[in-house]
Amino acid sequence: MNPTDSKTNPGQVNRRQFLRDGGRATAVASLGGLLGMVLGRSQAEGYVWQIDPSKCVYCGNCATHCVLEQSAVKCVHAYAMCGYCQLCTGYFEPEPNALNTGAENCQCPTAAIQRTYVEDPYYEYTIDEDLCIGCAKCVDGCTRFGNGSLFLQIRHDRCVNCNECAISKVCAGDAFVRVPASQPYLLKTQH
Amino acid sequence: MSHVRTPAVAAPGRNIRPAHRGLWALTMVLFLLGGAALFAEPRFPPPDFESGHVLPETTTPPARAVWLEYLDIAVLAGGLIAATYFIYRKRSRTGLVALSIGSILYFGFWKKGCVCAIGSVQNVTLALFDSGYALPVGALAFFVLPLAFAVMWGRSFCAGICPHGALQDLVLLKPLKVPAWLEQGLGILPYIYLGAGVLFAATGSAFIICQYDPFIPIFRMNGRVAMVVAGIALLLLGVFVGRPYCRFLCPFGALLKIGSVVSKWRVRVTPDYCTQCRLCEASCPFGAMRLPSPGKAADAAAQAADRRRLLIAVVLLPVLIGAGAWLGWAFAGPASRMHPTVVVAEQLLRAQDQPPRTGVLTPEDRELDRVRQNPRQTLTEAMGIRRQFNIGTPIFGGWVGLVIAIKLLSLALHRRRTDYEPDRGDCFSCARCFEYCPNELVRRGVLPASAIPPMNPAPAPQVPAPAPFTVAASACGCAGKEGA
Ligand code: SF4
Ligand code: SF4
Ligand code: SF4
Ligand code: SF4
Repeated sequence: MNPTDSKTNPGQVNRRQFLRDGGRATAVASLGGLLGMVLGRSQAEGYVWQIDPSKCVYCGNCATHCVLEQSAVKCVHAYAMCGYCQLCTGYFEPEPNALNTGAENCQCPTAAIQRTYVEDPYYEYTIDEDLCIGCAKCVDGCTRFGNGSLFLQIRHDRCVNCNECAISKVCAGDAFVRVPASQPYLLKTQH
Repeated sequence: MSHVRTPAVAAPGRNIRPAHRGLWALTMVLFLLGGAALFAEPRFPPPDFESGHVLPETTTPPARAVWLEYLDIAVLAGGLIAATYFIYRKRSRTGLVALSIGSILYFGFWKKGCVCAIGSVQNVTLALFDSGYALPVGALAFFVLPLAFAVMWGRSFCAGICPHGALQDLVLLKPLKVPAWLEQGLGILPYIYLGAGVLFAATGSAFIICQYDPFIPIFRMNGRVAMVVAGIALLLLGVFVGRPYCRFLCPFGALLKIGSVVSKWRVRVTPDYCTQCRLCEASCPFGAMRLPSPGKAADAAAQAADRRRLLIAVVLLPVLIGAGAWLGWAFAGPASRMHPTVVVAEQLLRAQDQPPRTGVLTPEDRELDRVRQNPRQTLTEAMGIRRQFNIGTPIFGGWVGLVIAIKLLSLALHRRRTDYEPDRGDCFSCARCFEYCPNELVRRGVLPASAIPPMNPAPAPQVPAPAPFTVAASACGCAGKEGA
């Protein structure tokens, strides 16, 4: 049923047959050789993409270059680093008309940052990840004028872990790195 | 072009005179000190809440679990075995359709089509050329397993495991015949695409095979509009043209084709012997069916013309390779701009004398600001990449020339064939043609044994007809492999 090459007419184990066997031997040998060469560089554990927040320059490409319609990159908040400022430079435009939640005063184009009063004079800032598009406007404001507690991370509940992250090729800060899948975040802990 | 441009990249780097270099060092030191002083302490110390407010945790949703990667490999291996079983033992198209649906669901929609065998070529290439890159074992398995099966049993992977192939296979409703010249011409594209994919992966520039994958956005049900539209358009085309991506683009298919040309076992239309009834002649929607050669007399008549064509092809071989290499060399410069570091290095040189931009900064401005902090490093890197391209593009060009030359050679070579049989390389092992063979229908008990048409022209031998292990006319890229 599966005639193998060896069942060919015994009288003419022909040249073609010989070439094919040789070709197969070559193919197997090169595949094996290749395997041997890369096996040493292979890694049992998978890798995922992540942003090194110390290299991010808040260029905005994260919002526009992810393969997903809404970027898998989101702003995250290291609360322990935050000053809980009343005048948050991540939240408010550089020269806000008023310190309220009016859209014209806010950095965030999608109103993804929630500002809640804690106690005088402190406010807590929380990111609504369903709204955040990863544009880094708030990160820019917070890092340049504030404590830098807002930063971007790839969120792995959304990221589809592209073979090559599309943002990594356009990142102005060259901030994208592969990290082990078991430790998939590079969180900021200090300034 | 590149050889003109390379010095332009090189010069400023080399021309940083010692005095400047000192200045640079000083600037850097000042910057670092300033930075350190600036960032050592938070500008606004975190408060001590009197109300006892508890700080929220920063959430970290986990990535895909590691063991799932091993599950993928197991499913792949199991699928390949099942596909091979369905092709050779069961000779069952139904089984392959079931497998196809399964793999569309698992590798396609559930796993979102990534990392796939097609893209894994790039991962393996990158691992070869970049010692810093850790190759995930999943990518390696997706590269090696289908190829290992191909050298033994042909394209079992394409038959029902590859989600891309399965998707196209299932939408194929009204196959039209692609004219031979077009089929042959487009048939070299996968090899060129493969070469380009390897070139850009080896230089660390881009994974173009992933970037321009037409079906991944469909599996993700998400993506940029242009790619979604391209994917849907290709699928619509696939309703009439059997597996357009597989036949005319897929770079991994090119490798599988080479593998299956030298495979140990091959797919045959008939389970028994070929009665030359011609029923299967038009059964293959992928243009893989080869007909018996017309006979000794016709062969002899065509010989003179074939010889001439063969001679032309042999003479053209070195010419094409040389021309390709030369063209590749000429385009090293533009090609190297696929690498982001080269692009930013060129911007750096252009903007050298201008002060940093202020005001609203574009991503490019910010990138420039970043590399300005250490321009030497960027320029050195860019020059290194340029050098890689100066070697890589001529090789790529030569490869394109070689592929075209081998195509011409294979067109000039006529193989003698006694039976109807699928081309080893072009056959996707989809099992469609089996059902056209009366011998197969007898095997299945659909027809009585007496229904088999009489053998034509020779009487049926007792033993299965000698399997004619011919390489079919379109065996592009395989002749070289065989010779090797
Ligand atoms: S890996 Fe893909 S999905 Fe994840 S952030 Fe990058 S582009 Fe987006
Ligand atoms: S400003 Fe941009 S990054 Fe920050 S929360 Fe809003 S959308 Fe997200
Ligand atoms: S692309 Fe890079 S620099 Fe730009 S916002 Fe994203 S991580 Fe930051
Ligand atoms: S040719 Fe490529 S896309 Fe088509 S089934 Fe084979 S591997 Fe998949």
